[in-house]
Amino acid sequence: MSDFIDAFRTAIGLIVTLNPDLVEILVLSIKVSLTAVAVASILGFGIGGALAVYRFPGRGVLAAILSALMGLPPVVAGLVIYLLLSNVGPLGVLQLLYTPTAMIIAQVLLVTPIIGALTRQACQDLLEEYDEQLRSLGASPSAIVVTLLWDGRYRLITAVLAGFGRAIAEVGAVMIVGGNIDHVTRTMTTAIALETSKGNIALALALGIVLLTIAFAVNTALIWVQRLANRLAYA
Amino acid sequence: MLDPVSKLQGIGDRFAGLPLPIQLEGLTYERGGKRVIDGIDLVIDSRLVTVIMGPNGAGKSVLLRLLHGLIAPTAGKIMWAGRPLDRLLARRQAMVFQRPVLLRRSAAANVSHALSLRGIKRRERTMRVAEALRLAGLKEHAATPARVLSGGEQQRLCLARALSLEPDVLFLDEPTSSLDPASALVIERLLLDAQRRGIKVILVTHDVGQARRLAEDVVFLNHGRAIEHQDSESFFANPHSESARAFLRGGLVL
Repeated sequence: MSDFIDAFRTAIGLIVTLNPDLVEILVLSIKVSLTAVAVASILGFGIGGALAVYRFPGRGVLAAILSALMGLPPVVAGLVIYLLLSNVGPLGVLQLLYTPTAMIIAQVLLVTPIIGALTRQACQDLLEEYDEQLRSLGASPSAIVVTLLWDGRYRLITAVLAGFGRAIAEVGAVMIVGGNIDHVTRTMTTAIALETSKGNIALALALGIVLLTIAFAVNTALIWVQRLANRLAYA
Repeated sequence: MLDPVSKLQGIGDRFAGLPLPIQLEGLTYERGGKRVIDGIDLVIDSRLVTVIMGPNGAGKSVLLRLLHGLIAPTAGKIMWAGRPLDRLLARRQAMVFQRPVLLRRSAAANVSHALSLRGIKRRERTMRVAEALRLAGLKEHAATPARVLSGGEQQRLCLARALSLEPDVLFLDEPTSSLDPASALVIERLLLDAQRRGIKVILVTHDVGQARRLAEDVVFLNHGRAIEHQDSESFFANPHSESARAFLRGGLVL
């Protein structure tokens, strides 16, 4: 027990003194996940909005696949991207494996279905209400997509936050395609896994506390956005 | 042959250019195997307010949607001054629905959105938004989120949005059915205004008082059929059909 308390004390020390190793890992993690979420948002908004508005054969199947992919296990996403980027893979020439870019790509694959499916649902709910009015106003399908995305903005923000929460906390995908290389591709989650197995509980714990704080902040933001939306009668 | 419209041609382009008469030929609409609209033949040539009346389930709202092109008829056709409804004509129509449908934006942004869908440039948009809100008495609510407005204000905003498009034809589906009498009167005043500016108004209502105040001619529907079509005065004084008489008495219509 006293070992644990010691580790905890060291962990707090690492955070308070902004230990350079810890900060480096933290910054890389946030950079990778933010970039991935930004890309996934653009893709997800487009895919989700289009699936809600355009009618074409296979639309239902696509929507179902998108929803199912929300539960894609991170290790599987990592494996798929690994196969694509490995030297014998179709994108091997790009030499991206074990770089932050590879981690971003894997997280995009992981997060796009989440943002896409939530966007589609938000747009579909709005469209039920708006459809006749928008057609009466002579809106083209693409104008309808833009209208729905803007009117669903609060729900899209929660979708993005949910995607970020998923990206920052996952370990499987970044571990496989990043390789957990010190100073290059070491993120909070991969570092926790490594340091724990090495018995370096203090650093693992410090990173755990930071990660927990981020998760807590994201959830607080989610609740806050929903409350704001309700207050403005926008929800 | 003389164009019957010619004597009005000095009044203004819009008035002369109204796509009248509206001719319905054997208009039929089926939904779930049921004939909601059952072979309506009708000619509407009045430039003033046409009111469509009838008991619940008579097909009034469906008829309005067919006229506006929101749904396509199962059989029969609608001609506007001899032309079928095309994109160009549809762009000169607007509709106000029974339940106000407003975007999750400010009152001004709602009007502006509709104008931008018609391809109107930002500069002109700002002016037309201000004018539409002023006419509807919503100037001080321009920045208010539309969905926190009262029911009456929301419906007025829907009407302001429709009028800002400067349509030739304006459809309204029981716009005042859930409003208090004062709010309903404001809507009626705006409709008379619109009529004065040369907009052809087609209004579905089952408020007999409102129909008397606004209608130039009345179409009475029952079971998807146009039972009567005559000018308002004679319709209210002397309805031909038993179902219309029962309806006007406030009785049960079979």
